[in-house]
Amino acid sequence: MQNLLNWIDARFPLTASYKAHLSEYFAPKNFNFWYYFGSLALMVLVLQIVTGIFLTMHYKPDAAYAFASVEYIMRDVPLGWLIRYMHSTGASMFFVVVYLHMMRGLLYGSYRKPRELIWIFGMLIFLMLMAEAFMGYLLPWGQMSYWGAQVIINLFSAVPFIGEDLSTLIRGDFVVGDATLNRFFAFHVIALPLVLVGLVAAHLIALHEVGSNNPDGVEIKKNKDPVTHQPLDGIPFHPYYTVKDILGVVVFLIVFASIMFFAPEMGGYFLEANNFIPADPMKTPEHIAPVWYFTPYYAILRAVPPIFGSQFPGVVAMGVAVVIFFLLPWLDKSPVKSIRYRGSKYKIALALFVVSFIGLGILGILPATELYTWIARVLSLIYFAFFLLMPWYTKNDSYQAEPDRVNF
Amino acid sequence: MAVDRSKRRFLVAMSSAVGGIAAVGAAIPFVASMTPSARALAAGAPVEVDLSQIEPGMMLTVEWRGKPVWVVNRTPEMLAGLAKHDDRLVDAASEQNQQPDYAKNPNRSIKQQYLVAVGICTHLGCSPTFRKEIGPADLGADWPGGFFCPCHGSRFDLAARVFSGSPAPTNLVIPPHHYVSDVRLLIGEDAKA
Amino acid sequence: MNFMTLAPALFRKILAVALLAAPLCVPMPTLASTAVHLDRAPVNVDDHESLQRGARTFTNYCLSCHSASYMRFVRMTDIGLTEAQIKENLLFTSDKVGNTMTAAMRPADAKEWFGAPPPDLSVISRSRGPDWLYTYLRGFYRDDTRATGWNNTVFDKVGMPHVLASLQGHQVAVHRNEQGEDGKTHSVIDHLKLDKPGHLSPAEYDLLVGDLVNYLTWMGEPAAPTRSRVGIFVLLFLGVFLIIAFYLKKAYWKDIH
Repeated sequence: MQNLLNWIDARFPLTASYKAHLSEYFAPKNFNFWYYFGSLALMVLVLQIVTGIFLTMHYKPDAAYAFASVEYIMRDVPLGWLIRYMHSTGASMFFVVVYLHMMRGLLYGSYRKPRELIWIFGMLIFLMLMAEAFMGYLLPWGQMSYWGAQVIINLFSAVPFIGEDLSTLIRGDFVVGDATLNRFFAFHVIALPLVLVGLVAAHLIALHEVGSNNPDGVEIKKNKDPVTHQPLDGIPFHPYYTVKDILGVVVFLIVFASIMFFAPEMGGYFLEANNFIPADPMKTPEHIAPVWYFTPYYAILRAVPPIFGSQFPGVVAMGVAVVIFFLLPWLDKSPVKSIRYRGSKYKIALALFVVSFIGLGILGILPATELYTWIARVLSLIYFAFFLLMPWYTKNDSYQAEPDRVNF
Repeated sequence: MAVDRSKRRFLVAMSSAVGGIAAVGAAIPFVASMTPSARALAAGAPVEVDLSQIEPGMMLTVEWRGKPVWVVNRTPEMLAGLAKHDDRLVDAASEQNQQPDYAKNPNRSIKQQYLVAVGICTHLGCSPTFRKEIGPADLGADWPGGFFCPCHGSRFDLAARVFSGSPAPTNLVIPPHHYVSDVRLLIGEDAKA
Repeated sequence: MNFMTLAPALFRKILAVALLAAPLCVPMPTLASTAVHLDRAPVNVDDHESLQRGARTFTNYCLSCHSASYMRFVRMTDIGLTEAQIKENLLFTSDKVGNTMTAAMRPADAKEWFGAPPPDLSVISRSRGPDWLYTYLRGFYRDDTRATGWNNTVFDKVGMPHVLASLQGHQVAVHRNEQGEDGKTHSVIDHLKLDKPGHLSPAEYDLLVGDLVNYLTWMGEPAAPTRSRVGIFVLLFLGVFLIIAFYLKKAYWKDIH
């Protein structure tokens, strides 16, 4: 056994990688609840890829057969229903986990220097994930798939001058059709997953280069043991965080299994009733809303009034609402990272931001009445104010000095 | 605080065992999804044949699981001829497992009269042709009637047994089948116990 | 660490999860969410006898015009029927048990007669919901302005005639006046009155429709009974795993001070 290992190590850094990323990767010992979601996101990514591969064996990316092939998976393929529900539940749970993972970043300043690139890679993952989810949602070829894609692709036609041509290029047809389905399939099953896996690798490499942040926002590398030269507040990822993450995974799987086995439709949020009607280009469902994880951005889109009859400002606002996250490392001027040592201004701002995000998410589901549109406008302003005013309120905020060592 | 190593070993072993079970359990749906679906099973469902439509000496080909299955109504002369060339066969007594037990007899059938065989050559999968005439010019004077594979020249007799010297290694396969009534045959299913 | 020190941490975790789950408490508007009150369908997909009765009603009445093209007859072995029983009672003579449920009527003819082809019913329970179906099938009333002579309380101007009229009898609408949001008075349907009785009493008819809707619900997702059964085992297993994982983590984290 040892001989085999030596043989491999002479040719491939197996033991060295194991040490660098697991047994001798030192992570702060004070990780809390919020630090489970990174490993969980990785697990859900693997789950989506594996279930996706097996769904691809039975799914037909053809407008004439797509809907039927999904029902074929649900009925005729042995345990196909289980794989499909894993994938559909996994899609929503991916966003649950990723949103919580991002929230962790906001709470503890994980995007701050020297982790700007980790944050940028993470945001790129988030963008790709949105594209992946959007394209995947077309594949069942139900009414919501169809009209959701129709509406979102039409957003591109709001782009001045080239809009119409752009949306036709995306569809490959004058309406969403077989060509659209086929290319979305190609993007969904191979192009975007490849990019995602690459970005996740970059995210992790960058993380392991600078080391993890922690709830105190203290750089553990500043305090090293004079003898071993290891961080005093760090513990080897393996075994300590492997056993902890196993616990997290089991708890997550209990939640996941509870939904998947007992409420796979999740009251219409994970699988919508309208999507059990085959796509019909002649008939729009009465009420179309995007899947829940897109609703905050959808609400922002609807909140912006058309200017000179153009929807473009709304589309821009929606895009900016996502992209503005990229700027966080440079917008935040606070001398401390963690919310534990920040003053009340940031705490209030973050609380308002969370309220606006959830509020917009709810409004995005509801039909746009006049009242709701006005609420959405207020919440959108709060959403953007959180970012745009950040340089000001973080600079002028009170703060407590960070401790030298982490609290445990 | 002293580290209780045996406790840790025990818990690691337990976690590994439970994790292993979980991994196997998680693999079940994926493996199961690769087995034939209900659609494939329905398409491969047993096929019923009305025997009264097959004249003596004639053959009917039906499709079962996408493969040709022959049903030959053998005349008494054909049956009598079967015993006369055992020495030229590879497996005259059907020792090799190419048929259900109830067809492991010299005629390779349940009812002597009817041969039911999968018409796929055991060599490379071509479908042999039915050549019932005795001693035709192209097959030689000693041809007793049977099946000839056009691809590589494998020869089989009227009990679907392979002649020595053919590229095909074994007799043709007899599918599971049973008689629902005197004139109705069901291919693809053994008689229910 | 005892419970008292754990409690605030635990509470914060619960709060975080609750915060996340809050948006999910908003009811999702579905197709069925019309203003009309829907009666609760008596659905129990483990009641095989009810499902079998529903299956018979379905093949006798629905399958002449509607298909259920993703559903195979043989799947009804799941609800306690043998292949022989399916063949004898539910199949047209030429069909095989492995076939899917196709309609007797050609879709082109149907389109000509009804204006639109009758929808496939395989997953109708998942798009409409059982309660809507239950109310719909009991909500037909006479309306001479309609070509078919029928209208429906939950599906106004429905194209489908009342196929079960001989069983239910004829209902007529009793109207009442109501002030709408615009301040004007509208005539709305208050309730339906049985005008001409059918072969079944109202209670018997409700049972028949209940069984039928139960069957439609089962057919919408035939894997559902298996799903919840498997789910219980998976959760029990994960429960055991949770205990082991908890002690495993605790045993190692003793090192960390």
